[in-house]
This record gives sequence, C-alpha cells and structure tokens, in this order.
Amino acid sequence: MSQPVETFTPQQFHRQSREALANPQIRANFRKAMDGLMDKRRDAFAEWQLEELRQLGANIRLRALAHLPDLLEQLEARCEANGIRVHWAEDGEQACRIVTDICQRHGARSVIKGKSMVSEEMHLNAHLEKAGIEALESDLGEYLVQLNEQTPSHIIMPAIHLNTDEISDIMHDNTGTERTRDVDAMTAAARAQLRERFMAADVGVSGVNFAVAETGTLCLVENEGNGRMTTTVPPVHIAVTGIEKVVEHLADVPPLYALLTRSATGQHVTTYFNMISSPRREGEHDGPREVHLVLVDNGRSNIYQDDELLDTLRCIRCGACMNHCPVYTRVGGHSYGTTYPGPIGSILMPHLMGLDATRDLPTASSLCGACGEVCPVKIPIPDLLVRLRREAVGEGRGNVPGAGSKRTSKEVAAWKSWQWLATHPSAWRGATGIIGKLRGLAPAHIGPWTEYRTAPKPAAVPLHRLIKQYRKEGRS
Amino acid sequence: MSARERILQRLCERADGALQAPVSDFSVVTGRNWTRQERVEHFERWISSVHGEVIHCSSTNWTGVLATVLRDKRVERLALGREHAIAREAREVLDAGDVELVDVDRDVDGWRRELFEQVDAGLTSTLGGIAETGSLWLWPTVDEPRLLSLVPPIHIAVLDADCIDDTLFDVMRRHGWADRMPTNALLISGPSKTADIEQTLAYGVHGPRELVVLLRQ
Repeated sequence: MSQPVETFTPQQFHRQSREALANPQIRANFRKAMDGLMDKRRDAFAEWQLEELRQLGANIRLRALAHLPDLLEQLEARCEANGIRVHWAEDGEQACRIVTDICQRHGARSVIKGKSMVSEEMHLNAHLEKAGIEALESDLGEYLVQLNEQTPSHIIMPAIHLNTDEISDIMHDNTGTERTRDVDAMTAAARAQLRERFMAADVGVSGVNFAVAETGTLCLVENEGNGRMTTTVPPVHIAVTGIEKVVEHLADVPPLYALLTRSATGQHVTTYFNMISSPRREGEHDGPREVHLVLVDNGRSNIYQDDELLDTLRCIRCGACMNHCPVYTRVGGHSYGTTYPGPIGSILMPHLMGLDATRDLPTASSLCGACGEVCPVKIPIPDLLVRLRREAVGEGRGNVPGAGSKRTSKEVAAWKSWQWLATHPSAWRGATGIIGKLRGLAPAHIGPWTEYRTAPKPAAVPLHRLIKQYRKEGRS
Repeated sequence: MSARERILQRLCERADGALQAPVSDFSVVTGRNWTRQERVEHFERWISSVHGEVIHCSSTNWTGVLATVLRDKRVERLALGREHAIAREAREVLDAGDVELVDVDRDVDGWRRELFEQVDAGLTSTLGGIAETGSLWLWPTVDEPRLLSLVPPIHIAVLDADCIDDTLFDVMRRHGWADRMPTNALLISGPSKTADIEQTLAYGVHGPRELVVLLRQ
C-alpha cells in the first residue's frame, strides 16, 4: 500500500503538520491541486458580478437561518406529504442508529453510498460495519480513499492527497486492477467494479446539498452520476443532512448552486443537479420505494445560539476556503485530524469535538484573510478564528464546548503583570530602565519563537526616554 | 421529549434572541434578455465546453440525423420510451432498421442487469435547456424513467431551440416548478465525469460516457 494506514487526530495537529511538511509528495500534490483550483475559480467568476452574487448567497443563507425552526417543520411537513419519511437526530450516534435501524428493517447486507460529509462526521461506515452491514463509497475519490483505509483529505476532492501512481497501486493491491498510469483505464475499471455494487445494494445513502422547505425537495450536486445511481437504483434511499442545509424557497437554489460549483472547482455547472421530491410513485418504473431524510443536529443548535458563531452555519461546503488557505495548502487535509479540514473545519470542529480536543485548530491560520474573501456566503472566517482563540483561553462568552481549556495560569499572570505595568507610568519607567541595563542577560533562545528568528533584545535606552531627549533638544 | 422536540426547542429559544431576515435581491441571476440566437449560442458554447456534443437539425429531419448518429456510434441496442412524440417518431424511422429497440416502460426490477449491461444508448426527450450553463432539464416519467438518461453509455437527448431559457432561475419561475415538483427533476450538463485521479478529467465514470444533444431549430 502506498501510504501507511494512520489515524489522524486534532490533538496531534502539530506533529501531523510537521510530518506532512516533511513529505515532498504530499506538498507537491496539494500545491499543484490548490494552484489549479484557485485559477479555475477566478476564471469561473470572470463574467459575473461576483460581489452581488455573494451578497445574495449570504442573504439567502441568513434568511434560512433566521427562520430555521419554522423551515425545518415546513420541510418535514412537505417531505412527509410527498411520501419521504423524516427522522431527527441530536447527535451522530443517534443518526447512525436511525440509519442502521432502517437498514436492518429491510434486512440489508450492503449499502452503497454517495458522497456525504455528514455521514463522515457521524462515522456511519464504522457503525454499519459493526452491525454487519457493508458500506461502500461510490464517489470515485471516496472509493479510493476507502480502499486505502483512509479518510478524505478535502471535502470536495477526497483523494486529492494521492497521485496517479499511488492510486494505481491502491487499485492494484485492493481490487486486482492491472497497474497503469492511464486515468481512463482506471476510471473504467472502477466503473465496472461499482456497477455490480449498485445493482446488488439493498440501501443507498446520500448527503444533501440543499433541502427546500417550500417543496420538500432534496437537491444533490455531482459530476459522476454515482449520486443519481445511489438515489435511484437501490430499493431504499436514506439521505442524511445537517439541520442547517435547509433553504426557504426553490428560487433560493439557483444562486447557491451558481456559487457552489464555481467556488468549489471552478465549474460553471456540474454534470448533474438531482432534485428528489418523493419516493417512486404508483406506476413509475424505477427509483426507490422508500425515501428517508435524517436531520442531524450534532452541535449545530448550540452554534445557533450565538449571534457571531451563527455565521458558521451559513456554509454551503464548497471548500474554497481550504483551496485558498496557505496553511491548508502546505500541511494538507489529514494534518487537521478532523472530518472537515482547513479554515471551515477550524471554525466548525471545535463545536463538534470541543475546544479541548481542537485547541490548535483556530491558531492554524496566519489570519491572512483569504478564506473570508473567497467564501461564497461571506462567512467572516478570520473573525470566527479569533473568537475561538479567545474562547479557548477563557476570554470569550464561554458558550463553546471546552472553552477555557487552553488557559494557563502562567500566561494569565504574564498578561496581568504586563497590563499593570503598562498602566502605571512610574513603574513602567523603572522597569524598562532596569531591563535596559540588564539587556546583556536577555536569553538567546525563547521556545519556538527563536527556531526561525533571532531573539529580540531590549533597547539600551527606552523609546520614551529617547523622545523626551529629542524634545528637550528642540528637535521635535 | 423526542429528539425532534428538543432540537426545535433549542432553536426556538435562541439565547441571543430572534433573528432578522435580510432582503434578497435576485437580479444577479435573471434579466439576461438574450435573443433566441444568443441563447442557442450560449447553450452550445457551455455544453460543448463540458464535452457535450451538439448536432443541429430540424423538426422534420431529426430522425434521419438520429439514425446517422446511431450508425456512427455503432449503437446496436437503443432504449427509448413509447408514448412521447420523440419516441414515436424515432420508432417510426428505426423500426425497420438494424438497431434493436428496447422498451423502457416496464418495472426496472425485471430487467436491471439487461439495462446495465446490454443497452448501448438511451434516447430521451427534454423539457428545455438553460443557456447560461448549457444544461438540459428533464423530468423523468413513466414513459422515460430516471435510469434511461443515466445507465446506458450514450445518452441522446432531443432539445427544441425554442425551449431554451436564459438561466435556471428563469426556468424555475417561468415553468412554475415550485407548485408542481415531480418525483425527480434533473439538470444534465454533459456526460458523467470525474477529476478525482490527480485532477485529470475522465468521462463516463458512473453515468454515460457521451451526451449527444439533437438541437432542433
């Protein structure tokens, strides 16, 4: 196998980043991919009034969130009226149980999956496997990642960390496909392997890009056709989605779809836009006889409470923030050790896993602002990163799980002393005077700071005194 | 209390109070005011850019063009509907030919493997096109089921130039989608594709390798 099977965790962000940075293959793969994606996005919006479109996208999402409880009830009522069964889950565990129960009720042995980040978030595959049900990913990237016993390294392009040779090895080792560098041949082999599985699958599980409350419609965006296969061929379709994916009107969909595809991959449109409003109706010749929708909360209703954090829930999962992030591009998706990597992951995962587990993620940013600038729904990601940094050290509102877990008495004492000194001029003058005299004793090494920089040295004469001297000599 | 009630309660009793919804200005996704000719040009430019093949024809000669396409692409078995005018006209011309016609107006459970393995192409009508993105819109029916445009390696779709609208927003509004959504509504823009192997484009990963649009003027 081309890469060792490894479990990544957010607690090991620093170690995982160092290892990724030391791996020229991973760095080359991400650099190449992200450079291409940034160019494609820019070209895709060239003919558009981008700011107007982003504002519209943001307003549509804000309106959906403003009416969220009402819209969820409307979505449920419309779906049920159309024949779609709706389930509610407070966390990933509950959601997994709901899906597993439906599968077991149908005596399902095999589940075919379309791409769904929520199902990754709730670790559905492992749960199904424990119940003796095989879950197979059908998105080509997800399929390859699953064959290699890995997790996705990007929310749109799950296998972006692998290159052609590595993929050839993975397909050879796991499916007996002849080794080749011909992408068409590999794609054709995967097509043949997965077609058998579509025909045999008892249940199809998919995600949802937009759930329309007005009509009870589930919208799926894709290029491969595996999403349509998953939602059409097996006799049962289960869609899982976060509660924030609902939009009010069908008319809200076109602007969000226009933003999503261009922001994600620079495509002006995807091959398929699949809108499902009911199971197979009387007399129809194909499509699932049962459709279920599982609405997953998993921390979202907690994010919803806070006016600033709420913006996190606007996200339409395009991945543009990671494509443009200088940190993500260098350390890759796995370093974060979370379902959602990159800037969006750094502002979302602390709510799902707690700031104690994800304490390093909000600081995995230079606050360059690129993520906020490209976000199609104008999420102020840098501001949210700063807010979570504050929460982590106990200086925020304390309403994020694990808030204050990064607070140390040493750091608090240091800042308190500095604050006292800086607000007492005579003490400040005395202290800077002494420090200036003792500057020869300043340490040459101060932790990670001096790994790449020389240590700062206190000035012999403080700035305050210099200014005073200038003024006295009449040179101001 | 059920999970549903607890979730809704948390959302309704929001700590920071009720939210104001901003007004949405949709002008950026509508009002293109293209002429018929411009719509056709946009449509063709965009669908061609994603590997869709557009063949111009007329409402009188299209079946002849279809026969040529089938011959050129060596289609031996063509799946198609029966009721729709497209299927009826196609059948009239093809019935006497070499291409075997496969009926799709039957429960897929009875012939799934045949559909997956022995059909070379599927012929469908379309309800219209979208100029801005080069998309076809289809609402599969009993006569033309959902898998007809997905499973066979070649999808041949018939589109009337008069049925192309400017944008998706315009299509939804003009045709009143919100009041009458079908079981499955589809936008199709090109053949199935993937770039999951090192961003190299490959066609026909799960769905059709080729999409041929017979554009009737």
